[in-house]
Amino acid sequence: MTQPRRQRVVVASPKTAAPARPTARDDFGEQTRLGDILIRSLIRTQLHLGLRLGAVLGVLLGALPLLFAYTPGIRRIHLLGLPLPWLLLGVLVYPVLLGGAAIYVRQAERNERDFEDFVDRS
Amino acid sequence: MTTTYSSAAIALIALVTLVVGAWVFRFSRTTSDFYVASRVVSPLWNASAISGEYLSAASFLGVAGLVFAFGLDMLWYPVGYTAGYLVLLLFVAAPLRRSGAYTLPDFAEGRLGSAPVRRIASLLVVVIGLLYLVPQLQAAGLTLRTTTGAPEWVGGLLVAGVVMASVLAGGMRSITAVQAFQYWVKLTAISVPLVFCAIVWSHKGSPPPTTHQNATFSQSTTVRVTADLRVSVPTRTRLHVRGSIDGQHRDGPVVLTAGQHTIGDGAILTFPAGAKVPVLHGNAVSNNRLWAGPFASTAGHHPLYATYSLVLATFLGTMGLPHVLVRFYTNPDGRAARRTALAVLGLLGVFYLLPAAYGALGRLYTPELLLTGKTDAVVLLLPGRLLPGTGGQLLSALVAAGAFAAFLSTSSGLTVSVAGVLAHDILPRARGVAGFRIGTLVAIAVPYVFAVLAAKLSIADAVGLAFAVAASSLCPLLLLGIWWRGLTSAGAAAGLLVGGGLATAAVLTTMLAHPFAGWLGALLSEPAALTVPCAFTVMIVVSRATGGRSLARAPAVIEAMIRMHAPESLQLPRRPAPRQPVPRLDR
Repeated sequence: MTQPRRQRVVVASPKTAAPARPTARDDFGEQTRLGDILIRSLIRTQLHLGLRLGAVLGVLLGALPLLFAYTPGIRRIHLLGLPLPWLLLGVLVYPVLLGGAAIYVRQAERNERDFEDFVDRS
Repeated sequence: MTTTYSSAAIALIALVTLVVGAWVFRFSRTTSDFYVASRVVSPLWNASAISGEYLSAASFLGVAGLVFAFGLDMLWYPVGYTAGYLVLLLFVAAPLRRSGAYTLPDFAEGRLGSAPVRRIASLLVVVIGLLYLVPQLQAAGLTLRTTTGAPEWVGGLLVAGVVMASVLAGGMRSITAVQAFQYWVKLTAISVPLVFCAIVWSHKGSPPPTTHQNATFSQSTTVRVTADLRVSVPTRTRLHVRGSIDGQHRDGPVVLTAGQHTIGDGAILTFPAGAKVPVLHGNAVSNNRLWAGPFASTAGHHPLYATYSLVLATFLGTMGLPHVLVRFYTNPDGRAARRTALAVLGLLGVFYLLPAAYGALGRLYTPELLLTGKTDAVVLLLPGRLLPGTGGQLLSALVAAGAFAAFLSTSSGLTVSVAGVLAHDILPRARGVAGFRIGTLVAIAVPYVFAVLAAKLSIADAVGLAFAVAASSLCPLLLLGIWWRGLTSAGAAAGLLVGGGLATAAVLTTMLAHPFAGWLGALLSEPAALTVPCAFTVMIVVSRATGGRSLARAPAVIEAMIRMHAPESLQLPRRPAPRQPVPRLDR
């Protein structure tokens, strides 16, 4: 039923000697104090990234009902053949969401790479 | 009408589903597709599969129907369905994949190590899955009735039967390729007819939907009424009636004054060209200017509250839908899970540009639906109305087939998820294949009964209620479980019970009782704005009171945090594989 998992074997840079002292990388497997401290910093960075982007997009979207409620003139503005509220809510919302998501994925992956580098150095 | 082509198209879709189900059975006995898929599936392909399963009756028919009836505000539904994936991406996708949990109950048990919390989460997954299945079956009834004239209960029974047969024959859930293909079927089935409709519309001089003050019959139209209706007549209207109107039997010309009137079941109304459309009371907006602006819905008297509550429910509810989370498991790692969520946002964004256009064109060309209240049928009827002849019939058949594909894919995904949870966590002493079979029967029969009982609710509204329950229960569990060390089992259990219980009570009241007026009605029909903060507060307060502060240094919590947040490359030595290497739902 379960087949052995296929492993990628990298032969370009063979490790000829075991590390002389335990590195931070090893700490993750053994859940020591150091691993805990390191992961806290990554969690904080990623959480703040998510909250910041979520807040920006949330304010942008969340302002729309208020905008529609308190500026009745907005529906007389036409752009690209559509009334402005329809253009905003029916079309423009989607590229904005997608753009926000793309920024998040790039930044979150960068945070993880930085973290891996940091762990390898320490 | 378009009966023959549409029947053939629907039969074809049902048959293909059954054949695929039977074929999968032979295939899935030898190998677990999930493990094959997890190694070869690219984020785009996986995202197509997620979108294919996610785009349900609500997206395919319901959004267009609501926009058609109520206008601008209803665009918040597709925006919310999409933005929910953004929230999922920002806070859940990668950590959940790394946690190794296959379902939400797995996550609850893995993070908190508590069997009672697991059972409560299972119960909520079942409630949400059942609530989500009801509108799928209702929509199937509507579609079959609109395209072939069959009674309303037949369509739901057809979908229930096909889903049950295909799930019991092995389940189509496990085939990523089939679900991915479904997305492109649905996109084709909604976009190609729309292109033709738009061409015809521009040949007619591209009239905007707001050409007339009120929704107007552009040509002489005969409407056969199939229920007792209370309608609002916007202005003095002259028409020909055969049947009961305002309690009197009439057969000849009648003049209706502005205001409310009743029309009896079986009446045949003929309106001359240019007559204003009487609209089903509370079910649609007659005034086109009002329709084009915000807060036109006459159903809720607190439109700003209702809008924000709906936004909250859809933004936070997506992450709690059982059939959505399972798909993230087929990503090879956390990074791929993020990229998949990003691609889903793109695919959904493209799809959701289209239904609103059906709604707007419907104001011009299928206004009689505002009278009969069958507004969810606008997507099905528009192509035939704009393109007479064989071309229109073929396009109608394409739309009907796409709609059925939507019901079948979403329903079978949900049924498998719900049946698996029922079999494993809820039904006593009925484990294994027998338990899964009983679970499947329950998972599809209960929603079918609800679909026949609660036939009045519009499709997108009913789906919105499932989102409200998910947002008020499983969302706080996921967000706090992933990001906060202080969550205790007691806190999670209390929050799930309070938030999920309140939201479910509100939902059942809305579905089964008469609508309430004023604030009570607004709170019951859009409970999320109240129940979501409530669930978060209860979870945090009870966790604090039950010793959550001391958990920050607990080895189990540290281990869970590292597992969820550290990139896979750092998690050496490799953790043992998740406890269920072969997903038990595929048995």
